Amino acid sequence: MAAVLPSAGKQSQVSAQRKSRTGYFLLLPGMTWLAIFFAIPFVTLFMTSLQAPVAGKSGQYVPAFQVSNYPDALAEYWPQFLRSFLYAGIATGLALLIAYPLAYFIAFKAGRWRALMLVLVIAPSFASFLLRTYAWKTILSDEGFITSFFNALHLLPDDRILNTSIAVVAGLTYNFLPFMILPLYAALEKIDPRLLEASNDLYASAFTTFRKITWPLSLPGVVAGTLLTFIPAAGDYINSELLGSTQDRMIGNVIQTNFIEFRDYPTASALSFVLMAVILVMVFTYIRRAGTEDLV
Amino acid sequence: MANEGTHNVEDLHLQNLTKKFGEVAAVDDLTLTIPAGSFFALLGASGCGKTTTLRMVAGLEEPTSGSIHIGQNDITNLRAFQRPVNTVFQSYALFPHLDIFENVAFGLRRRKVKNIDAAVNSMLELVELAPMARRKPTQLSGGQQQRVAVARALINQPDVLLLDEPLGALDLKLRRQMQIELKRIQTEVGTTFVHVTHDQEEAMAMADTVAVMNAGRIEQMGHPADIYELPKTVFVANFLGQANLFAGVRTGTSSDSIEVVANGINFRVLSARNSAPSDEVIVGIRPEKMTILDLHDKETIPSGHNMLEGRVIDVSYAGVSTQYLVETTWGQNVTVFEQNVLVGDRSSVGDPVVLHWSPDHTFGLAGGETVLADTAQILAVGA
Amino acid sequence: MRWIKSKLLSVIAVLVLIYLFIPIAVVATLSFNKPEGKYNTSWNQFSLDAWTNICGVPGVCDSFMISVRIGIISTIFATILGTMIAFALVRYRFRGRATTNLLIFLPMTTPEVVMGASLLALFLNLRFPLGETTIIIAHIMFTISFVVVTVKARLQGMDPRLEEAARDLYASPRATFRYVTFPLVAPGIAGAALLGFSLSFDDFIISFFNAGTVVTFPIYIWGAAQRGIPVQVNALATLVFVVALLIVLTSQFVSYRKRKALEAGMSSDAAIAGANVKGLEAAMPRS
Repeated sequence: MAAVLPSAGKQSQVSAQRKSRTGYFLLLPGMTWLAIFFAIPFVTLFMTSLQAPVAGKSGQYVPAFQVSNYPDALAEYWPQFLRSFLYAGIATGLALLIAYPLAYFIAFKAGRWRALMLVLVIAPSFASFLLRTYAWKTILSDEGFITSFFNALHLLPDDRILNTSIAVVAGLTYNFLPFMILPLYAALEKIDPRLLEASNDLYASAFTTFRKITWPLSLPGVVAGTLLTFIPAAGDYINSELLGSTQDRMIGNVIQTNFIEFRDYPTASALSFVLMAVILVMVFTYIRRAGTEDLV
Repeated sequence: MANEGTHNVEDLHLQNLTKKFGEVAAVDDLTLTIPAGSFFALLGASGCGKTTTLRMVAGLEEPTSGSIHIGQNDITNLRAFQRPVNTVFQSYALFPHLDIFENVAFGLRRRKVKNIDAAVNSMLELVELAPMARRKPTQLSGGQQQRVAVARALINQPDVLLLDEPLGALDLKLRRQMQIELKRIQTEVGTTFVHVTHDQEEAMAMADTVAVMNAGRIEQMGHPADIYELPKTVFVANFLGQANLFAGVRTGTSSDSIEVVANGINFRVLSARNSAPSDEVIVGIRPEKMTILDLHDKETIPSGHNMLEGRVIDVSYAGVSTQYLVETTWGQNVTVFEQNVLVGDRSSVGDPVVLHWSPDHTFGLAGGETVLADTAQILAVGA
Repeated sequence: MRWIKSKLLSVIAVLVLIYLFIPIAVVATLSFNKPEGKYNTSWNQFSLDAWTNICGVPGVCDSFMISVRIGIISTIFATILGTMIAFALVRYRFRGRATTNLLIFLPMTTPEVVMGASLLALFLNLRFPLGETTIIIAHIMFTISFVVVTVKARLQGMDPRLEEAARDLYASPRATFRYVTFPLVAPGIAGAALLGFSLSFDDFIISFFNAGTVVTFPIYIWGAAQRGIPVQVNALATLVFVVALLIVLTSQFVSYRKRKALEAGMSSDAAIAGANVKGLEAAMPRS
């Protein structure tokens, strides 16, 4: 009986992978760097989070096992945690709404302008993101066109946009928009346009085609984009600092303040660790569905 | 234009060559000698092991066991870049970052040959691509890229040139043209060509010797006409062109032929054309060797001919010929090709007809119902 | 109505693109501004002062050069390390692939606050002095992953047959790498380096945590945000933006030209086929 053999193309990739140990030598330097400066710091972060203060001396800590640091930190800063996830969540949702039409357009309708449009999507990232965020202060200023416009419609609870949560969320949405556009585009681009034609041929309206065919097939991109937007947004503090008021502080602000200003390393570390833990849960849930092969 | 320099080409020997991927043997104990200077075709369906065999000769795949010799030289353990063997890849694999000249010159440069300009230019002349020397591969058409791939391989005067389905990506007219060209080049240069393909018409048109491969083994090998007219297994009969096969039992033997009864009908098969070792014989006949007559013309059939009766159930007019599908008395569908020599003289659907053919064209194969079923399955997978 | 519906998507797409560029336009415009007071947030008067006197404010150009220096050093290291990893992932067999992929992936999804904080914790515990070195170490760390992704994509897009063809044509493994693999991966490596540099140059949070007293360009901007950002900063940032955009657009243009040449080659296919038929007819009478 003839057996079905692996196709010749795949064979040559496998046979091209040499059996020698060269692979390990190539991996060693880079992975060691990541192990030392990414993975191990998490251990030190955890250890720092358990440190206890030296009695009488502020700003100094000794290694300990003060697990109470965690509940203490959370009790004090849980509002900021919640606020961070709330802002990040809204920003991610808005980003999805704004990004999807553009990604769809580039994937299906752009034709030979596709490459150029993708460059235009990434291009803003070449300018300092601090300055771009700062620029929103100008755009959303109290005397500016946009604030006046929304005021006229009586949509603003505080009669201003700047220094409110609205500005912070707007800033978050803007800053991380490319991280939503690109994965969405990548997923949409893989969809064979003939599937959409087939759907139309089978009596589906444009909206139904989107709902039943395009959207489900684009979900991997939606999930990836959501992760890549939500996570940095949740940890951000620039937008809050520049565009918000003291009532809009996010967990990133708290961590930064505790580390740099208060030098309360245990508290700051505990908060970082909790934030990281939440994110790891999200990432691992994603991996369980999607596997590790296509991560990188 | 004679071959540059006296290049002693020697036979290529494959001895007990086996390649296993896990438990599956892609190539199964293959022993084969390819004569020097011949155009040899390795023919088979996808997954039969022909490409794997080729890659082992090239050195791109390591055999699990067995050996490869060119003449007396054992090349089995030589790496690909140490072997006097070159390959024309199915996708051409031209280096996109080098122009045509550099692509063709690549092998010469790696071997540190001096003064390559003359050699490269005359090779480009041979494949009629001299004006394209400084273009990049992506600027060439498919047919032109194919010729560059051949030039790039041939310029190194290898002992063996391997071609992995090189004409697969070309359209029909271009393919015909390239078949003629490759044959011409091979005759001029005199190198041994080993051509792997799944297209049996291509194999038979180009090669001096065709080997039909199935499930890692060679089923039959020989001159195209020989293996076409006298297939030795059901697989070969069905793979090379078409065949009508009737499973039966041998009932008698005479001096030069045997009698086989299949589905209640007596058939005569010449002993020289019978490959069945036992009494289970499958009688075979190619559709173009059969003549179709109206039933009432039965008396005109020459004596000694094999015949069977049936009813026409389909007629396909194909310009050059007409293809009939005839349902026999026992319900088997038989295919008949008739060249349209006479205009208008055709049977129609529903006509009762009698088919006859000479025992000179009949062949006998080792039989058993399961053989037919297995083959059908193999061919279906390979299609 | 039909017309509106069909155009709606393109209108929205263009609007989103404009949205992305609004802040850039503001930054660039304000670089030509002569602000009324300390804060360069609203338009006052046109002036080229910032451009003609681009290093006029103390600290601006120093921090800019520090960022450039850090960027170059960290990019070189990260590109080398990341490229090696990419090759290992695509072309070699090894155990622990899942863990490797995870360790490369995580830095791209970890918030900068967490990465900056944990590195700071490490340096503090080791009593390692904070400064340019720690910044460079941090930058290399988070850039490696992006280099791996970029180079890996390029490598996977490369036809493995090309390396086989090279081996078939007498190229030893070293020659194969030098004459075939490397030239074909080089654009990917260059792109990764560019990406790495821009990530490093623009990094704020991680640098801020680990800088000690060193002031990089983004750190300078952050510090200046309270006191009023000098117009020169806008000018420099606009300059960087324009240069980066030009580089990317140029490389796009070059590959566009290559594609045009390919299409020219393809249209000759039809002509060739016709010529072949003629050639075939001419050849027939001989046989």
